[in-house]
Amino acid sequence: MKNVDWKPPLLVLAVLLGALLLIGSPSTWVTLTVAGIAMGLLIFLMASGLTLVFGLMDVMNFAHGVFIAVGAYVTVSTMKFFAAAAGADSLWANLGALVPALLAAALAGGLLGLFFERVIIRPVYGQHLKQILITTGGLIVAEQLIHVIWGPDILQLPRPAALKGSFVIGDVALEKYRLSAVVIGLAVFAAMLLVLNRSKIGLLIRAGVENKEMVEAMGYRIRRLFVAVFAAGSALAGLGGALWGLYEQSITVHIGAQMLVLIFIVIIIDGLGSVLGCFTGALLVGLVANYVGFLSPVIALGSNLLLMVFVLLWRPQGLYAVGK
Amino acid sequence: MITRLLSGDRIGSRALAVILAGILFALAFAPYLFPGTRALDVAVKVCVFVLLVASYDLLLGYTGIVSFAHTMFFGIGGYGVAIALSRMDVGWAAVAAGTLAALALSLSLSFVIGLFSLRVKAIFFAMITLAVASFFQILASQLSGLTGGEDGLTFRVPELLRTRVTAYYLVFAVALALFLVLLRVVNSPFVRVLLSIRENEFRSEALGYRTVIYRTIANCLGALVATVAGVLYALWLRYNGPNTTLDFAIMIDLLLMVVIGGMGTMYGAVIGAAIFVVAQNYLQAGMKALAGTLKGVPLLPELFHPDRWLLWFGILFVLSVYYFPRGIVGQLRAKT
Repeated sequence: MKNVDWKPPLLVLAVLLGALLLIGSPSTWVTLTVAGIAMGLLIFLMASGLTLVFGLMDVMNFAHGVFIAVGAYVTVSTMKFFAAAAGADSLWANLGALVPALLAAALAGGLLGLFFERVIIRPVYGQHLKQILITTGGLIVAEQLIHVIWGPDILQLPRPAALKGSFVIGDVALEKYRLSAVVIGLAVFAAMLLVLNRSKIGLLIRAGVENKEMVEAMGYRIRRLFVAVFAAGSALAGLGGALWGLYEQSITVHIGAQMLVLIFIVIIIDGLGSVLGCFTGALLVGLVANYVGFLSPVIALGSNLLLMVFVLLWRPQGLYAVGK
Repeated sequence: MITRLLSGDRIGSRALAVILAGILFALAFAPYLFPGTRALDVAVKVCVFVLLVASYDLLLGYTGIVSFAHTMFFGIGGYGVAIALSRMDVGWAAVAAGTLAALALSLSLSFVIGLFSLRVKAIFFAMITLAVASFFQILASQLSGLTGGEDGLTFRVPELLRTRVTAYYLVFAVALALFLVLLRVVNSPFVRVLLSIRENEFRSEALGYRTVIYRTIANCLGALVATVAGVLYALWLRYNGPNTTLDFAIMIDLLLMVVIGGMGTMYGAVIGAAIFVVAQNYLQAGMKALAGTLKGVPLLPELFHPDRWLLWFGILFVLSVYYFPRGIVGQLRAKT
């Protein structure tokens, strides 16, 4: 990794240190930081697909939240199906419930993504206004269908027994679930970097974001690549929705739409189409949301808006501008 | 005379003219034609939403930008009078103060949002307005000392508005007048420029029009009219809260009304709002009956459950974006 621009990561570091000074108590700071990183990584999972899709094909999907919601709802059903294993007092039995649930959520998100790409988005390529309208329409229909299938009530999504509670080290309490979310998030990020930087498909995706016409002129079908990225991004959103549902432990159909606001902020911050920028932006949003939520709850979401304005004033093209 | 009132805006279809005249007649004599509080509530909602949808169409149809912050301005209007009337002496002075304060706030907010985000692509504008609007929604429910939080504000209105019929005619008259003003606006040279920017931004810029300025003015104008609509609705309900004016669901409803009625025509706003509001209030009864007859069939009763009426409007919305991008008005005009 040559020529990495270190300023955005340094900004994250500055936020970490600044928060330590403002909060004062190191134990609270550690708890908040872990929560912030967990939240940031989950946001990254949900946002990364959307930012690549936008970078590749200039498509903005306002119904991305649906994949998140479907992931969460599928997890509720799968966890219910494996209720015995999820409630058992053994980590392995719990994993026997959790792993199928996460896979099912990702699969559901991916399949729905394929369907969406085919039916909703394909007819309106290149027309931004219609894209916004039609994906919003898809959002309405999909949310209503979730109501039809799973009912209109708030669903509870209890965590598996082994992930309840927290580790206590000294006077620092770390929630087990948040730590596992950090581990899963980092694993997915590493896998994604590996695919993007060390494989032919990854090379084509990065080249396509940079200059679509050139890749097509070289004889590669960017459309197929796009469908693959769209489905993968939707699967990641489904996975992110499952993990976020377990984080919040209760689910309504609006879970996706609520996250979408944060995801949009991340995407605007990141410079549209940059995975590294998306990662940094998501961490910033997660950390700032948790710190400010602790320091002054009233302005928690406003803080992210301010963060966005600040980043755009600093770098109008986003943290890592993609050459276009 | 009528042509001048309509600012020369072509109706373009006999069927459309008949429908519009019918809606106008029904609204003008609503207190006498449809007795009962529920019917009058529906009529007021139609008036308010015609105004709201028409101002939104100025952005979506004429300027070609998607804003998700339109309900925010609607809410600002509502909160303006609500806060003024619950803190000051009840009277027209409070109504005026609240309205003016709300208009000033809407104007400055829409100006800043427009100037910041309209320089870039339409898609950024949509994303940024969504973020700002959701922040405002949270702010309104958090500042409970000022806004009443989730419960909203119930307030007393001036003497004159306490009789329902007078209040109705106030709403109707203001809505009609502002609608005619909007008709005047969309037939002005100013909107010609907006249309040219919508069709080809680069070329308009090359012709010497500052596109950011024009779009920002359109954004401010839409916001101001939405604010007045919020004032009217709050005065009628004598209540304002997050669910009546700020809810994201209302934003979705607005999109549906504009697209189904017909983007880029003010008459579409009238038809879209009338159909949607009436359906919202009366379709559910029909669906209830249908769901009742389908009892025992798997899944179908849930699909036709009265609460699922938005599902069908959503499908109608998607289909009309694909197949009838000019909406009902466009279809009617195409026939003649």
